[in-house]
Amino acid sequence: MFYREAGDFKTSYKADNQTFPIAFDRYRYWAILAFAYLVIPFLINDYWANAILVPFLIYAIAAIGLNILTGYCGQVSLGTGGFMAVGAYSCYKLMTSFPDVSILIHVILAGGITAIVGAAFGLPSLRIKGFYLAVATLAAQFFLVWLFNKVSWFYNYSASGQISAPERLVFGAAVTGPNTEPWVQYMVCLVFVTICAIIARNLTRGTLGRSWMAIRDMDIAAEIIGVNPLKAKLTAFAVSSFFIGISGALFFSVYLGAVEVGDAFGIQKSFLVLFMIILGGLGSIFGSFAGAAFLVLLPVLLKVVGVDLLGWPTDLVSHLRLVIIGALIMFFLIKEPHGLAQLWRLAKEKLRLWPFPY
Amino acid sequence: MSADFLYGIEVVINGLMAGVLYALVALGFVLIYKASGIFNFAQGVMALFAALTLVGIMDGQIPFAHLINSIFGTEFHHFGWEVPALLAIALTVVVMVIFAWLVQRYVFRHLVGQEPIILFMATIGLAYFLEGVGDLMWGSEIKTIALGLPQGNARWFEDITSTLGDDSFFGFFVRKLDIVAALVAIVLVTALICFAQYTKQGRAMRAVADDHQAALSVGISLNFIWVLVWSLAGIVALVAGIMWGAKSGVQFSLSLIALKALPVLMLGGFTSIPGAIIGGLIIGVGEQLFEYTIGGPFLGGATENWFAYMLALLFLVFRPQGLFGEKIIERV
Repeated sequence: MFYREAGDFKTSYKADNQTFPIAFDRYRYWAILAFAYLVIPFLINDYWANAILVPFLIYAIAAIGLNILTGYCGQVSLGTGGFMAVGAYSCYKLMTSFPDVSILIHVILAGGITAIVGAAFGLPSLRIKGFYLAVATLAAQFFLVWLFNKVSWFYNYSASGQISAPERLVFGAAVTGPNTEPWVQYMVCLVFVTICAIIARNLTRGTLGRSWMAIRDMDIAAEIIGVNPLKAKLTAFAVSSFFIGISGALFFSVYLGAVEVGDAFGIQKSFLVLFMIILGGLGSIFGSFAGAAFLVLLPVLLKVVGVDLLGWPTDLVSHLRLVIIGALIMFFLIKEPHGLAQLWRLAKEKLRLWPFPY
Repeated sequence: MSADFLYGIEVVINGLMAGVLYALVALGFVLIYKASGIFNFAQGVMALFAALTLVGIMDGQIPFAHLINSIFGTEFHHFGWEVPALLAIALTVVVMVIFAWLVQRYVFRHLVGQEPIILFMATIGLAYFLEGVGDLMWGSEIKTIALGLPQGNARWFEDITSTLGDDSFFGFFVRKLDIVAALVAIVLVTALICFAQYTKQGRAMRAVADDHQAALSVGISLNFIWVLVWSLAGIVALVAGIMWGAKSGVQFSLSLIALKALPVLMLGGFTSIPGAIIGGLIIGVGEQLFEYTIGGPFLGGATENWFAYMLALLFLVFRPQGLFGEKIIERV
């Protein structure tokens, strides 16, 4: 009914292989994009930007990055927080060293630097795999956080050990610093999210993405059919770290403005992003968005229901949040290992035939 | 002997003692991994939960008092009695066995045959869940364990060793608690090895560790063995929780010792009980020595956060199965 396929003819391979083959899906995608770009910036206020939309967009980039590594290439990483810190600190160093260059370029460069660091920490992946590798990425996490804490060059020898973003303008509007308008924050993040998602989607259905998935499904068999495991794994680490670095840079410069590495990029952040892709769906770009939205909204929702409506103490609600997240992780792994994305896919299947059951 | 050398020895001794505690946590990992192939990230939180439960039972706290008070507007916290230490330990063991059964029944039975990495992520979920439940049940403030474990430094050890150096050397500083922990660890490991070698259940456990299918076909109940193994891991977690809790208080950071035990396992090999012990000692000594010789003077300190991981990582590149682990041979 809603997903009408009749009359939707494809006359070229290009049309047949597009991301949204069903016309309704395609129009819906454009409608959401139009809404996000043309309507939300005029409605947005401080609360919506800071509590929900901006963190959602930034975490979505991080989740896309981790999903490329874990969901598409099968290499579990617990070093996301450390790599986000690399993005944030390299962005900070670039911002303060080259103040005349646009912040947008700095963010992309920060992603590039993170890609190099990520590929370096991905080197052991050729020898070790599975949770051995997960533990190896923990080494990256702890080492990087320690490094940014100890070496004062990274935070420009400031007394507090914090880094704080100086004001930078894009087209005359403040993007970082205390005078940033919420809609500017939102628009910058939205542009990056859109570009990242499109790049990720197209990478994962091309040659590179196929070689990642081959490695994920069975590495030895993939090697036999001619996939170079070193190249596939290292590119996965590099591309994934590139996205994670961008999200770290935005997290620091546009969202928070001032961070301290232990608080903002600790091991908890790595777990948070990992949970986003497990709940959202491993190996799915839409899943990255769904998971990020879910885990950004859950604390807000719990706060509104628990603290504001029922009047419970805050610490109780935060413990409940841990219980709920933990239970959901186990539930999804048991019942629906492909996450929210799979539920969405099933819903679409049903809607294609609705109201007829078969 | 020169003072620097003596301090070096003191650092090594303290490293050995810390290593014993790492090994205690790592033991729980090895038990579960051997029998079910699950890499149990929740082991550290289990130690925290066990210690919290022990303190809660001893103080006669009402479980979930905070939650109940918030929902119903009541005001009660304690039953008003105090449970003696031994009985409280026994009750905590019961709680850990129930926990083992619940985990087996409601989580891991449904995940049989999944990839190891899915199981690993499930245990991360379990760790979050258990941490939240522990805090809800017993409250999240820092607690002390009043089991009467000896505190302070071991004077006699100091007296004996003070003759080694000149007048300015006062002997090695060793905590009494660490010595107790080392003794407990020895007893625990001996008991575990005896259990595995000389009892019927222990033999069944080894059979399951070897081959699930073969164990099933000779009539061993996998479910029972898994509950047994998770219970044993719970008991090991309780011991580790008591020792760490006595050292630094029962609080959230206790759950982070799991992160300390991971490099120990990578060094020692995931499937070997002696590996866990020796890996723990190597990591304990290596980390302290590195901090003393290089980390402190040249790198600005706090290197113990990552040194163990880097050591394990370097080691893994040359010997991926760890010191005593089984070499996995893959064929297509």
